[in-house]
Amino acid sequence: MAGNPDAAGTVDLVSSTLAARAVPAPVLAGGGAVRMLERNYLVYRRIWPVIISGFFEPIFYLFSIGIGIGALVGDVTIANGELVDYTAFVAPALLAASAMNGAVFESTFNIFFKLKYGKVYDAILSTPMKTRDIAIGEIAWSLGRGLIYASAFILVMAAMGLIESPWGILALPATLLIGFAFAACGMAATTFMNSWQDFDLVNLIVLPLFLFSATFYPLSVYPDIFQTLTQLSPLYHGVQLIRSFTLGTLSIDLFGHIAFLVAMGGVGSYITSRRLEKLLLS
Amino acid sequence: MPAIVQGARVVCSGARLNPDEDELPNNLHPGTSVNGSMSSSLVEARGLTKYFDELVAVDGIDFDVAEGEAFGFLGPNGAGKSSTMRMIGAVSPVTAGTLAVLGMDPAVDGPKIRARLGVVPQEDNLDQELSVYENLLIYGRYFGLSKNVIDERAAELLQFAQLEDRRDSPVEPLSGGMKRRLTIARGLINQPDLLLLDEPTTGLDPQARHLLWDRLYRLKQQGVTLIITTHYMDEAEQLCDRLVIMDKGNIAAEGAPRDLIERYSTREVLELRFPVGTQAVNAARLDGIAKKTEVLPDRVLLYTDDADFAHTKVLEVGLIPESTVSRRSTLEDVFLRLTGRSLVD
Repeated sequence: MAGNPDAAGTVDLVSSTLAARAVPAPVLAGGGAVRMLERNYLVYRRIWPVIISGFFEPIFYLFSIGIGIGALVGDVTIANGELVDYTAFVAPALLAASAMNGAVFESTFNIFFKLKYGKVYDAILSTPMKTRDIAIGEIAWSLGRGLIYASAFILVMAAMGLIESPWGILALPATLLIGFAFAACGMAATTFMNSWQDFDLVNLIVLPLFLFSATFYPLSVYPDIFQTLTQLSPLYHGVQLIRSFTLGTLSIDLFGHIAFLVAMGGVGSYITSRRLEKLLLS
Repeated sequence: MPAIVQGARVVCSGARLNPDEDELPNNLHPGTSVNGSMSSSLVEARGLTKYFDELVAVDGIDFDVAEGEAFGFLGPNGAGKSSTMRMIGAVSPVTAGTLAVLGMDPAVDGPKIRARLGVVPQEDNLDQELSVYENLLIYGRYFGLSKNVIDERAAELLQFAQLEDRRDSPVEPLSGGMKRRLTIARGLINQPDLLLLDEPTTGLDPQARHLLWDRLYRLKQQGVTLIITTHYMDEAEQLCDRLVIMDKGNIAAEGAPRDLIERYSTREVLELRFPVGTQAVNAARLDGIAKKTEVLPDRVLLYTDDADFAHTKVLEVGLIPESTVSRRSTLEDVFLRLTGRSLVD
C-alpha cells in the first residue's frame, strides 16, 4: 500500500476504537490526497509498462538532436559568453520539456477521462474526501511520475558527462517545479473542456512551447521582439532554470524563473480546486 | 451474513452517537437517546429549495426521515428527486430552506455527514480502472478505513452482493445487475447509518430487480435506514414504509403506500376495453356504477371498492367489453392521479 505508514497506523487505531461502535472512521483531518495517490497506484501497478514508456521520449530526443545535431553544431555561446558543447546545452532543455509533456499529458487526457467519462471523482466526493484532496492528490501523482523520469534522465546525463556543475543536482527539484506548474494549469484547463476535440488546443499550445522556449538554441539568436515573447513562455523559465543548474551558470535571474513557475502552479491549483467544486458539487 | 447483520444493528444504535465522543458504551438500545434534545429524525428538511440558475428543481419541500425507516421519493423524471438526494448526500448546496442530515448542516459538516452515508447513485460510477475487490478496497480507504477492516468487510459484502466469484474481475464486463449490486456493496463499506439509493433498479431485468429488492429488504430488516427514489410503483410498494410523491419540485402527497392508495384511490379498479374510438360513448352509459370513472384512449377505468360487483353492473347495463381486468388499486393509480397522465419529457 502506498502512503505513509504513520498515517495508516493512526487510522488503524481510530478505526478499531470506532469499529467497536461501528461508526466509520472519518477522514476528517486531511490525508485525503494520499488516498488519491493510493487509487492511482492501484490502477498503475497493473499497467506499469505505460509508465516506463515515458522514460524513453527525452532519451530519444537526446540521441537524435543532442548527439546527432550536436555533432554538426559543435559549441554554442551562452548568455555569459562561455562556449558550451551543444549536447550539454540542449540536454537540460529536453529534461525541462519532458517534465512539461509528462505533466500536461497526465493532467489533461487522464484527468478528462476520470472527470467526464469514468465519473471517478463523483464517486470519490460521496465519501469524506474533498475536491482539494482530489486536486492535490492528482497533481502530486503527476509530479511523482515526473520525478521518476527526471531522475532517470539526469542519471543518463551524468553518465554522458553532460552535467558540468555540482549545482546540477538541483535540476531534479527544478523538474518537479516545472511539473507542478504545468500539471496545475493543465488540470485547470481540463476542467473547462467539453470534448476530446478540445485537446487539439492542448497540442497547439504545447508544441510551440516546446520548439520556441530557447530549447534548441540560445535566446540571443532572436531579434528583441521575439526575445520578449519567448520570456512569456513558461517552459522558457523551466529551461533556463535547469540549464543554469547543469551548466553551473547561476544568476539572480533564477529567482525570477522560480517565482514565475510557483505563481503559475499556485494559480492553476486554485482554479482547479474551484472548478472541480463548481462541476462536481452543484 | 451474521456479521453484517450485527454490524448494521450496531450502526443503527450508534446513529445518534457523536463520533467525537469516545468511551460511550456500544450496546445502547436504538430507543435510548444519548442526547435527549436531539430529534430521532435522521433527515429533516424545511422549505428545502434548489435552483439551477433560473430552473427550480426543488420548490420548498418539508419532510422527515426517521431512523430505521425505508423512505421513498416517488415521482416522474424531473420531479426533483435526484436533486433532493444530492442535497441530502451533502454534494449539492441548498439554495434556500433548512436541511439537517444526521443532525448536521451539510454546508458546514459535509465530510462528517458523508462519512456516515452510503450512496448508490443513479448512474453507476464504479472505478472502471479497478477490479471488483479493488473498488471496495479504495472506497474503504477514502473513508480512512484500514486494509484489515476493509478486507473483512469486503469478504462479507461480496457474499452479500453475490459477487464472490467475480472478486478479481474487472468492473467493465459485469452485467448491469452485478454492477448495481457492487455499487450497493461499495456504499456499505463504511457501515453507513443512512443508505441513499437513487433509482436503484432502473434499467435492470426482472431477475436482477428481484434479487436487488431482496438484498435491500435484508438491509431494512437489519435496521439500516434507507432513502430510495424511484419511478417504479411496485418498487415503492415493496420497499418503502413511507413515501412522498413529488411532482414539479413539490410534494404532492405523503404517507404509507397503503394509506396513499386508500386516500387517493379506491380499493379496486376495473379496467374495461371497448372497440377503438368508442371508449367515451360507452363510458357515458356507466354513470353511477363506480365512485370515479376515467376514460383513457384505449380503455375505461372504473374506481370502485368491489370490482366484481361493478363488473356485474356493467353487464346488466348491456355492455360487453372486448376485455376486462379486475385488479387491486396500486400506487400507480395514486401516482397517475396526482401527477397526471401527460408525458413529462
